[in-house]
Amino acid sequence: MQKYQCDVCGYVYDPAAGDPDNGVAAGTKWEDVPADWVCPVCGAGKGDFSPVS
Amino acid sequence: MAEIYRAVKVSDRAWWVGAVDWAVRDFHGYRTERGTTYNAYLVMADKVTLVDTVKAPFRDEMMSRVASVVEPRKIKYIISNHSEMDHSGCLPEVIDAIKPEKVFASEMGTKALAEHFHMGGVTAVKDGGKVDLGGVTAQFMETRMLHWPDSMFTYLGEEKLLFSQDGFGMHLASNERFDDELDGALLEHEAAKYYANIILPYSALVTKLLEKVAAAGLDIRTIAPDHGPIWRRDLDKILGLYAKWAAQRPTKKAVVVYDTMWGSTAKMARAIGEGLSDGGMHVKILPMGSNHRSDAATEVLCAGALVAGSPTINNGMFPTMADTLNYLKGLKPKNLAGQAFGSYGWSGESVGHVAEALASMDVELVGEAVKVKYVPDEAALGRCRKLGADIAEKVKENAG
Repeated sequence: MQKYQCDVCGYVYDPAAGDPDNGVAAGTKWEDVPADWVCPVCGAGKGDFSPVS
Repeated sequence: MAEIYRAVKVSDRAWWVGAVDWAVRDFHGYRTERGTTYNAYLVMADKVTLVDTVKAPFRDEMMSRVASVVEPRKIKYIISNHSEMDHSGCLPEVIDAIKPEKVFASEMGTKALAEHFHMGGVTAVKDGGKVDLGGVTAQFMETRMLHWPDSMFTYLGEEKLLFSQDGFGMHLASNERFDDELDGALLEHEAAKYYANIILPYSALVTKLLEKVAAAGLDIRTIAPDHGPIWRRDLDKILGLYAKWAAQRPTKKAVVVYDTMWGSTAKMARAIGEGLSDGGMHVKILPMGSNHRSDAATEVLCAGALVAGSPTINNGMFPTMADTLNYLKGLKPKNLAGQAFGSYGWSGESVGHVAEALASMDVELVGEAVKVKYVPDEAALGRCRKLGADIAEKVKENAG
């Protein structure tokens, strides 16, 4: 599954791991991460993430 | 020691109790040619509160300044606005010595302090949260990635005072504590250097934060950062500069960074500089053998062009140029035009490497890179001059 990286702080969202501390279960694809989810490190919105090549 | 180091009054109930470091010249790769200060503050509320601490070797100086106002063991709360060790380095020792009732930090701050000092017991405060200090209320505002994940501001409404940790700070050692006691041009230069080297990568967040602070309608009369002087005379000046620097609108200024082996790349740099000047640019040429990367960063702040030159050595870039470009790339400057240039002997890889580095920084490459074998002749220098002129035209277009 495609990983996405925060352009602000460098945090990588890995769908396999999700972000369970913030209500995103492991295995959640990027497209299914809620629109109001924010980067757990720096608080940036989904729009500030780019696909990891 | 309380007779030696005294606190300085900032507002009715707030005191500066920091330390002045006249000696430091290297701050994780940033040349601090004028030293710095580590600012900590004491709030004489019913619950006496210490806001941030200082770099570990300066603990005695801070404690002495505290003792000039109050017996240090009367401190009941400590607020950690920023976990970096120049502000937290003596925190565990201070906690041991004064045994405060509570230590507050942002949620990310509690994690960062735990990961630095392997300590627990820090109370997390939320963005917008408040703590009653007794007569004074501390209101917290998260400023994540300005410039660490843990960073936050603390505002004291009763004092109209904002503790802004590294925001609006600068590396400048002085015994004067306030902006109105120091030269304005010096403050602007050092604040710009600090912004360029520390805050620049997070400029988009600065813009949002300035909007958030304005929307919160806080009445702020004093901004007390963790480095350098306290702003009390002209807050609009530093706030306006931050808005300008964060916007990174290109100006008619071109920065040429280069290094040279036998003088050829230097000649090329100067010819490019002539073309840029003729094209109406304000030009700064920085030979990186004798200029520091952090000064190059300051010059690039709000420039319209970055032109970079390197000879080829051992099939690659000159070490100083690799250092400079790697450093500048991390700072994420925006809205630059530019190009690569350099002399070589046989293989000539470096000009391509420089151009790749510039492209990876989203520098808009103008025309063709100029690559010259061994020593440039007049025709080659003419191409350099032309490159400078072409870049100047592009910048004028971009700067509007």
